[in-house]
Amino acid sequence: MKDLGFWALDTANQRGASYADVRVVNDRSRALATRNGKIGSASDAESEGFNVRVLVDGAWGFASSADPGRSSAEATAARAVDIARASARVKEKDVSLAPEKPVTAEWSTPCRVDPFSLSVADNLALLDEIDSQLRAVPGITLAETNMNFRREEQWFFSSEGASIHQTKYTTGAGYAAYAFAGNEIQKRSYPNSFGGQWQNKGYELIEELELVENARRIGDEAVRLHNADQCPEGVFDIILDGSQLGLQIHESIGHPIELDRVLGMEANFAGTSFLTLDQLHRLRYGSELVNVVADARQEHGPGLGTFGFDDEGVPAQCTPIISSGLFTGYLTSRETAALVGIERSGGALRAENWNRLPIIRMTNISILPGNQDLSLEELVASTDHAILFQTNRSWSIDDKRYNFQFGTEIGWEIKKGKRVRMLKNPSYSGITTEFWNSMDAICSRQEWTLWGTPHCGKGQPQQVMGTGHGAAPARFRKVKVGSAYRGA
Amino acid sequence: MLSRDQAAEIFARIQKHSRADAVECLFYGSRSALTRFANNVIHQNVAEENSGVSVRSVFNGRTARATTNRFDDTSLMNVVRASEALARVQESDPDLLPLPGPEAAHAPATMPGRHFENTAGLTPGKRAEAVERIVSAARRFKFTAAGIFSNSETVEGIFNSRGLMAWHSQTSAEVSVTMLAGDSSGWQKANSPDVGNLDPVSLAGIAAEKAARSIRPGEIRPGKYTVVLEPAAVLDLVGFGFFDFAGLAVIDQRSFLNHRVGTRLFGENITIWDDVGHPLQSGSPFDGEGISRRRVQLVERGVVKRLVYARATAEKMKHSENAGKVGPIEATGHGFPIPNEIGEAPMNIVFEAPQQPKSVDEMIASTERGVLVTRLWYIREVDPYQKILTGMTRDGTFLVENGKVVGGIRNFRFNQSLIDMLSKVDEMSMPVRTSGEESFDMVVPAMKVRDFNFTEVTKF
Repeated sequence: MKDLGFWALDTANQRGASYADVRVVNDRSRALATRNGKIGSASDAESEGFNVRVLVDGAWGFASSADPGRSSAEATAARAVDIARASARVKEKDVSLAPEKPVTAEWSTPCRVDPFSLSVADNLALLDEIDSQLRAVPGITLAETNMNFRREEQWFFSSEGASIHQTKYTTGAGYAAYAFAGNEIQKRSYPNSFGGQWQNKGYELIEELELVENARRIGDEAVRLHNADQCPEGVFDIILDGSQLGLQIHESIGHPIELDRVLGMEANFAGTSFLTLDQLHRLRYGSELVNVVADARQEHGPGLGTFGFDDEGVPAQCTPIISSGLFTGYLTSRETAALVGIERSGGALRAENWNRLPIIRMTNISILPGNQDLSLEELVASTDHAILFQTNRSWSIDDKRYNFQFGTEIGWEIKKGKRVRMLKNPSYSGITTEFWNSMDAICSRQEWTLWGTPHCGKGQPQQVMGTGHGAAPARFRKVKVGSAYRGA
Repeated sequence: MLSRDQAAEIFARIQKHSRADAVECLFYGSRSALTRFANNVIHQNVAEENSGVSVRSVFNGRTARATTNRFDDTSLMNVVRASEALARVQESDPDLLPLPGPEAAHAPATMPGRHFENTAGLTPGKRAEAVERIVSAARRFKFTAAGIFSNSETVEGIFNSRGLMAWHSQTSAEVSVTMLAGDSSGWQKANSPDVGNLDPVSLAGIAAEKAARSIRPGEIRPGKYTVVLEPAAVLDLVGFGFFDFAGLAVIDQRSFLNHRVGTRLFGENITIWDDVGHPLQSGSPFDGEGISRRRVQLVERGVVKRLVYARATAEKMKHSENAGKVGPIEATGHGFPIPNEIGEAPMNIVFEAPQQPKSVDEMIASTERGVLVTRLWYIREVDPYQKILTGMTRDGTFLVENGKVVGGIRNFRFNQSLIDMLSKVDEMSMPVRTSGEESFDMVVPAMKVRDFNFTEVTKF
């Protein structure tokens, strides 16, 4: 791999690049899934390739190829240089990069059980067992299960002298039960919707999830939703479970703090952000209880945003994003940090694979748990009247990240500290900063989970990335509920 | 770029390695480039070349696939063994069909050519020239421009051990432009297999005009309004409906068409086809098993006529309780590669032209009070059976009063049933090839719709 890096960097240098880096990636994945007891997916995939990113005449060029030979390395580097020269035709000033000390390093995900070393027959048997449990519940019309593994090995070389070798393992699993009756399709998922729970771990994640143990309950809830009351419309106090709060963080904190959005670089597709530069250290983002970090370090946990170094060789860091409610930080890259006068990149530049340009992506954007011991049941017990929202069903937010609306699979009305009835089709909506300023309680560490969002889309061409979101159940006061079904 | 002959040679090598009862290979290849601009400069500029093969092994009711982008002998041996290993450990599925034979793959007689050398050969310099002209247009308005100009050349092919062989190559070019003023914006997007059909400067001009007309947006109360939806807004909404036209979605009872095929669900002015051979469509003429795509009428004058089917889904539907209630049941060439969880979908949607087409300007002129919508954003399904969708307007939302656009307004959130929307279409334009961000490209009209349900307004 070093030879490939040298050939490409040498060609870029000879052709006039002021900076160049090369990433070589071997990506292996496995997807297993069932649908009503039949195989829905049984596939392995392996993809290898490299890219060359260059700065020439103050502008960027990027080219990638699946052919790792010397002539390909040199031709791809030359192509990147030609592309950069074309970019330079439409520029205002030269790109500059915040300084970063180049390092030689090795890093890999702690992985207790290599998921690719296990019996696929056993994997499928587990999915079959879950499927059987779900479909044993009368009224379940469709059961879906999935299990996914990925191993990404990457070598990074830069013209500044960096040489970094990283290996990441990702594991994910989950299931969903559907019940169609009358004029309704109801659904429950576990441990989360849209693919379940995902972390940077080995197979040990699957063993921790208690998948089979929860299947009957999930199937039963999907059927019971048909007889539940419609979620009322009005202004209510609400409690979000951890997985829903994780997605709320993703959409209304994680995306607006991306500095490329703030600077207009994503305006054509993903949009911009209400967090203009004048808001830093001034905006009261949330209540005093809201403390959010962007933390890619291993000590934060095995999130999908955990790594040793980002894709331009910047070490994983923890950046305070919201501190006691005050907005304190952005997600940055070397280029965007330099543009706004930040001394060092926060290390958030990441690419989907070898054939994609790294762009600013969320790492693990997590809300810190409360300091006082507080379980979900204690939070419920301390609540006079509220609606508890569990497991996301729909999500939408405007392109500056102000107005959002979320629906969940199930809701529960809480009265005088007790869950008094199940609610179907619950939804809530609001304005980002008003919402976060209404948070008046968050559960403590024992309820905190580092959730994985495996399919976050951004960029042109679009890239899919996994992000992590640590969250514990939290309560919000006076939130608009139920407007998703108003008049529709 | 991977050629058909190279693919045939690789397939022969894979067949030698295979120990399965039957083997199928899907080939893919692409050479693509994209120039991205924002703040009136090119800030990202990328190129990619890749090709690969996905091998499906079949053993007596068991099947699985493995994919690689390396064609050396060791890699091909490994990918064959990986697919075989995944297949062998499964329970046998009596519903798994044998591979189709060569008679299944025959291109439609009307299939237009979709590979254009001028698109494949577009250089970074030519894309930069176009971006320069877009940026010049932005500067004339004192706006900033953001967007893309991309081009690609792709191939896809399928070979199987029963002798089926199908191959398709095409090109694609795309321009998307957002013009940003201080408190407003405008957007346009177009794509085509032939870059000669794209006019980046014209798109930039329309986007700039929209931004200019919506400066200092006002705020009006949410509620039910007559809307004029430009084609991109129509596309992004209706796109959420077509995966439900899959036979397997109805068998699995996850479709909003459960118990509704054969009923009048939409207005009488709505007729929809799936037609890969339409001159404004793109894509390959065969499905994930190599079956030729048929032209299918999905909706006729508001009545849902039929569904689309992969081979296995058609067989399953024929023996289900739905047989006799869902119209003709036959493999239509809309299946995804096997194995998969969703079966099939119509991906070449064409709305039939209305009897009395109206331009967007005419729709505005006939509107007493309403909202003109350029584009929608972040659409998600709220209710799968009522087909309620939520999302936002974006980049050019205008108040219409007394037949005229009176100015820009702050963006709305909507919660709108797609079924209800397609029942309240008062006027339509001629359908055009349209590209959005939430759905695949289609041939759709602009629509004037009454009682469109806006539930909230945002801050810009």
